[in-house]
Amino acid sequence: MSLALEVTLRAIIAVVLGFSFVGLALVVLNVVERKLGGRFQSRYGPLHVGWHGSLQTIADLLKILQKELIIPAGADPVLFRLAPYLSLVPAITIFLAVPISENIVALESNLSLLIVLFLPAVSVFGILTAGWASNSKYSLIASLRSAGQMFAYEIPRTLSALSVVMLAGSLSLTEIVKNQQSIWFLVVQPIAFLIFFFTSLAEANRVPFDLTWAESELVSGFFTEYTGMRWAMFFLAEYGALIGSCFLTVLLFMGGWLGPFLPPVVWLLIKVSVLVLLSLWFRWTWPRFRIDQWLNFSWKFLVPLSIINLLVTGTLMIGLRVGV
Amino acid sequence: MVEKQEFMINMGPQHPSTHGVFRIVLELDGETVIGAKPEIGYLHRGVEKISENRTYEQVLPLTDRLDYVNAMGNNLAYVMAVEKLAGIQVSERAQAIRTILAELNRIASHLISIGTQGLEVGAYTVFLYCFREREIILDLFERATGGRLTYTYFRFGGLFQDLPEGWVEEARDFCKEFLPHVDEYEDLLIQNPIYKLRTKGIGILNKNIALNYGASGPVLRSTGVSWDLRKDSPYLMYDQVEFDVVYTKNGDVWDRAWIRLEEMRQSTRIIKQLLDNLPEGEVQAEELCRYVVPEERSSYFAVESPRGELGFFLVSDGSLKPYRMKIRSPAFVNLSLVETLVKGEKVADVPLIIGSLDPVFGEVDR
Repeated sequence: MSLALEVTLRAIIAVVLGFSFVGLALVVLNVVERKLGGRFQSRYGPLHVGWHGSLQTIADLLKILQKELIIPAGADPVLFRLAPYLSLVPAITIFLAVPISENIVALESNLSLLIVLFLPAVSVFGILTAGWASNSKYSLIASLRSAGQMFAYEIPRTLSALSVVMLAGSLSLTEIVKNQQSIWFLVVQPIAFLIFFFTSLAEANRVPFDLTWAESELVSGFFTEYTGMRWAMFFLAEYGALIGSCFLTVLLFMGGWLGPFLPPVVWLLIKVSVLVLLSLWFRWTWPRFRIDQWLNFSWKFLVPLSIINLLVTGTLMIGLRVGV
Repeated sequence: MVEKQEFMINMGPQHPSTHGVFRIVLELDGETVIGAKPEIGYLHRGVEKISENRTYEQVLPLTDRLDYVNAMGNNLAYVMAVEKLAGIQVSERAQAIRTILAELNRIASHLISIGTQGLEVGAYTVFLYCFREREIILDLFERATGGRLTYTYFRFGGLFQDLPEGWVEEARDFCKEFLPHVDEYEDLLIQNPIYKLRTKGIGILNKNIALNYGASGPVLRSTGVSWDLRKDSPYLMYDQVEFDVVYTKNGDVWDRAWIRLEEMRQSTRIIKQLLDNLPEGEVQAEELCRYVVPEERSSYFAVESPRGELGFFLVSDGSLKPYRMKIRSPAFVNLSLVETLVKGEKVADVPLIIGSLDPVFGEVDR
């Protein structure tokens, strides 16, 4: 088999498998979120479709498929159609580079961390395009917020990931996980872990950083004007970004697939589920920040803190002669 | 060159967080509000004019529909205004029951206010918790009056009927279970660091401005003025029970939310005391004839509704119908502050500030 053919085949299989996995995970996560949200709020959540409402999301998706796709008057029709894809594709494509065990990864690369870390940032273009093309002031404010906060979370997030990279001495996610055989980086780098996890929530637009949605002031944020499957694509992109961020957090800080007795994939999924459930818990408990407060917090506290963390890590590594 | 331009945004009348049909045109510089123009009248039904063509009894159901989350309080203010006009006496038992129901309705109203404050900052859970407890109050009202939102239970000279059997015990159980829930709201929302960050120092109301506008209720009390009609001109049984007037000094959104929270505790205290010493006797004055025909005079009577001073001014020409009825609506007066309060704040705080004034548009527009 020629190399080109092999690469193409691998990519196709990976994309099909990856998208099916992500799609399934999104459906499961949505049901879990609604059931759990119900319990947190002392109500039942969905009950009637399937066993205890387990098929509710599928029913909803079928309903959404039948909805009319409305393009509002005055909107830019081309950009308006393009925006959902700009948002959804990067959020799901990162799974190509996510290793799910030592040998299973669709796109083996020694720079896989960079792909997983920065590809989701492209989603912001989707949000910006949606806000601009909708011809709605609410959407515009939301998308400007999204652009404004992007650097506020990307910089501390990258800096805290960098401290892990220094310890592991590699940008390959597989290598980073292998480096955690003896001890999780969560133990060595607790501050980096906290910064990374919380900025990941901001990246996925989750509570308490759901400023681009902000239904109390901006109606429905940047997707106010969207209907049907286009709306659902933004929705899926948000869940995709959340799951992707949790995968990355687990790989960087929580030993990835490492763990006794159970198969590696199972360990990975367990750890990811814990983080996802944690973020759901936040969502049903916390109020949201205001944009200027969150930006202040990020620039004046998170960024300096992650730089100091990076400096301390480097100094200690030289002092203790680790990995130098 | 980049040109700078202000930005108009039309919030409402169909917007998720304007607390009803309220429209406010905001002028924005980025996210900062530099101008605001509130617009009301979407729910105007002309209650004051309609009542001129109805007998005093027929006006009573209209008052339920003014402030529909505090229908008991509205009935109370109207009924007591008519009683003052016609000089009707009310038995002690009826007065005590009226006090209990008015306080229960104050709790129900404050629960909505605190719950929606949660909604406005994205804390959805506390809203549903508040509605869970409000449901119990509505069940109590349903047992006593037959209605869940509009009661028309208070009548001239007393009540429509006595409380059903076992109601007092149920109300007592509610008081016992309710206080831990108030602590829960405090932990979950009012004392939450993010909520404090969002609301402290936002929408600051100056004492002089509040007094000049004629604000009342929690909005006025948040500016350091201890003014509560229940204490300052006691009616019903309020001079016979112990409770504190809750007031704070900062005048911001957080203070107003905290006052409402604390008032729920005080209301529970009042209800407990009255349930323990409920007088025996009739609940309806016997000698009353079917129609109230007051002499030719006028009267004003005001009660402390959850939103502030709710007054009814009635002019009688000696006929079956009021010659003129004027409603002094606290929600309307408090809402007039909104323009002053939102200027200079961020657009994200606008719903919070509107919510902290706790307007009910049935009463604003009448």
